[in-house]
Amino acid sequence: MQGTVDSTPVVVTGHAVAAHEEHQDLRVLGLITFLCSEFLMFAGFFAVFLVFWGSKAEWPPKETEVELLLPAVNTLILVSSSLVINLGTKAIKKNDLAGLRRWFGITAAMGAIFLAGQVYEYMHLGYGLKTNLFSNCFYLLTGFHGLHVFIGLVLILGVLWRSRRADHYSDMTHTGPEMAEIYWHFVDVVWIVLFSLIYLLTLL
Amino acid sequence: MTPSGIQGGHGHPDKWKWYDYFTFNVDHKVIGIQYLVTSFLFYLVGGFMAVLMRTELATPDSDFLTPELYNAFLTNHGTIMIFLWIVPAAIGGFGNYLIPLMIGARDMAFPKLNALAFWLNPPAGALLVGSFFVGGGAQSGWTSYPPLSEITANLPQTLWCLAIIMVGSSSILGSVNFLVTIWKMRVPSMAWDQMPLFCWAMVATSLLALFATPVLAAAMVLLLFDINFGTSFFKPDAGGNVVVYQHLFWFYSHPAVYLMILPIFGIMSEVIPVHARKPIFGYKAIAYSSMAICLVGLFVWVHHMFTSGTAPWMRIFFTISTLIVAVPTGVKIFSWVATLWGGKIRYTTAMLFAVGLLSMFVFGGLSGVTLGAAPFDIHVHDTYYVVGHFHYVLFGGSVFGIYAGIYHWFPKMTGRMLNEPLGKVHFVLTFIGTILTFTPMHSLGMQGMPRRVAMYDPQFTSLNQLVTVGSYILAVSVIPFYINVIWSWMAGQKAEPNPWNALTLEWTTDSPPIIENWEVLPVLTHGPYDYGFDPTAEDAEEALVPK
Repeated sequence: MQGTVDSTPVVVTGHAVAAHEEHQDLRVLGLITFLCSEFLMFAGFFAVFLVFWGSKAEWPPKETEVELLLPAVNTLILVSSSLVINLGTKAIKKNDLAGLRRWFGITAAMGAIFLAGQVYEYMHLGYGLKTNLFSNCFYLLTGFHGLHVFIGLVLILGVLWRSRRADHYSDMTHTGPEMAEIYWHFVDVVWIVLFSLIYLLTLL
Repeated sequence: MTPSGIQGGHGHPDKWKWYDYFTFNVDHKVIGIQYLVTSFLFYLVGGFMAVLMRTELATPDSDFLTPELYNAFLTNHGTIMIFLWIVPAAIGGFGNYLIPLMIGARDMAFPKLNALAFWLNPPAGALLVGSFFVGGGAQSGWTSYPPLSEITANLPQTLWCLAIIMVGSSSILGSVNFLVTIWKMRVPSMAWDQMPLFCWAMVATSLLALFATPVLAAAMVLLLFDINFGTSFFKPDAGGNVVVYQHLFWFYSHPAVYLMILPIFGIMSEVIPVHARKPIFGYKAIAYSSMAICLVGLFVWVHHMFTSGTAPWMRIFFTISTLIVAVPTGVKIFSWVATLWGGKIRYTTAMLFAVGLLSMFVFGGLSGVTLGAAPFDIHVHDTYYVVGHFHYVLFGGSVFGIYAGIYHWFPKMTGRMLNEPLGKVHFVLTFIGTILTFTPMHSLGMQGMPRRVAMYDPQFTSLNQLVTVGSYILAVSVIPFYINVIWSWMAGQKAEPNPWNALTLEWTTDSPPIIENWEVLPVLTHGPYDYGFDPTAEDAEEALVPK
């Protein structure tokens, strides 16, 4: 009896066919769902970093201190690239393909500069992955983030490659650029947390 | 991911051929069958390992397997049964096959992603099996706690980590697909509270997998770096901390318990009303209790670590949160019993397994409550009591549920009926085997027999021999099942579109369903469980008489 009360029968009204004949494009929603999961992976790494920080007297230890200038410049580049990529998707929503290509090209260049800066930083730090627990965490976190920047870069270059054909993206079809943008913002947000945690808060 | 390939009526044959099941096929029904067949094969592999271990344990001495081989079987039995049997069968198999059919969709939201998620599984299994040939298999148990996992069998352990990352990725991609599909692709006339309860269970399962699995992946990456690249995250001598691994591991692996049982709860909520010919009791209670288990289940993981130097306040917090999970679980059990109450029960094999599950799961659930209480847990931690408990919920719960689901949906999936007498033989053997195998383990554990050992004190011999006999009965019990499935699939009696007179949408199409599921999409005319409800009746009294 209980169940009958709960599930009231539905009155038939018309046919529900039309709405389902086209396979819906739900990729943006799928990407956002996936990124929730990705974020939890970074959260796992951040948690490990925090636990070690909380249990060590000296963090980072004297021989493995981080330098600040280059990462700060890198942060500026990455954060502003998030604004630049947004101009690109805004452009394509107004059917401005040249604008999409211009802004995505600049974003890709900024992403590449960020990665180059990261590599430069690795080469000049004077310690490696194995030096101590802090350097373990440092290289793992920044490296893992760098990997994600690289993936984002590949997505942006993919959009640029596909935009060679004049009719591939338009004000009606721009899911690809939109997804690349969302992913790029995600990479950016993770970097802001990472930069605050590893570079800024450890100064205190 | 252009959707054109799966749109109505274009670009595919009328019917899949047998070899289509060995390809990167994007049809959710093909993928569901791929998951089920693969996982039932790995079930045999994991079961084979279990039988060898039980043979070793028939005597107190180590006289059948080498200790290393025993450890490798122990590790890979657990890993395969969890990650390549129950998870892919219950979530990947039933989830992919049933969800679009139950909500009136032509396919999942992301068919190619779905195929990718499946094809991550066979290589993961190959890595685990292959690890036996390149250093004897991982040795450190399915939990792979450091430091043990970092000082034994490095290469197999590395392969083990990679396999876990692969099945974990598969699980995350699958969850994205399930969530978006259920959210956005229900037939327009279906509101959330008109969804079959299996879909609710899959929402809860997918959320858990989505939020917990990446943390396990993080743990695996750190473990890989420790083993192969000289880091020291979990090496105490270099400042690392082994308990951090345990936290990361159990943040996933306790919710993994719910990953393995929530879809089964969903199967129960479908099988019981159909074969009892009654509306489900407490639709909303069952639906929301799945969500409650999902939420609370994320905050109980430390009950696996009561003996890991855990602070007293944590023991208190996690004891309480663990006991709270028993409440929504109890809500479900009572709702199913109330559904059975006064029903016109048909003792089909599917129903027998469902009722068998009820009895088994209550027992396993109660021993779970005792383990959730820190004072008791500390005494039986790492003993056979724990082994008995989780086999009761995983075998008596999850495996019984998968069997019930197979007997229930086999006609839909293959267009053939399973042989019922053979099914009943299978049920009786499984039921007896389960009780005989897993009940004495509780007693052994209470007397202090530790788990994960190949040798034990001779005073435990007689009970261990009982367990070994039980495990042989379980091994024999799968024979009538596999014969039944293979024979019925090839030459069984043809199935009607709706052999059980069920009301959910998957029964409104052919058996097996055509590609794209329906010629014309169905429209809801009644709720999923309106059994005995006659819409043409004059008044409510008359309408509620069970037919």
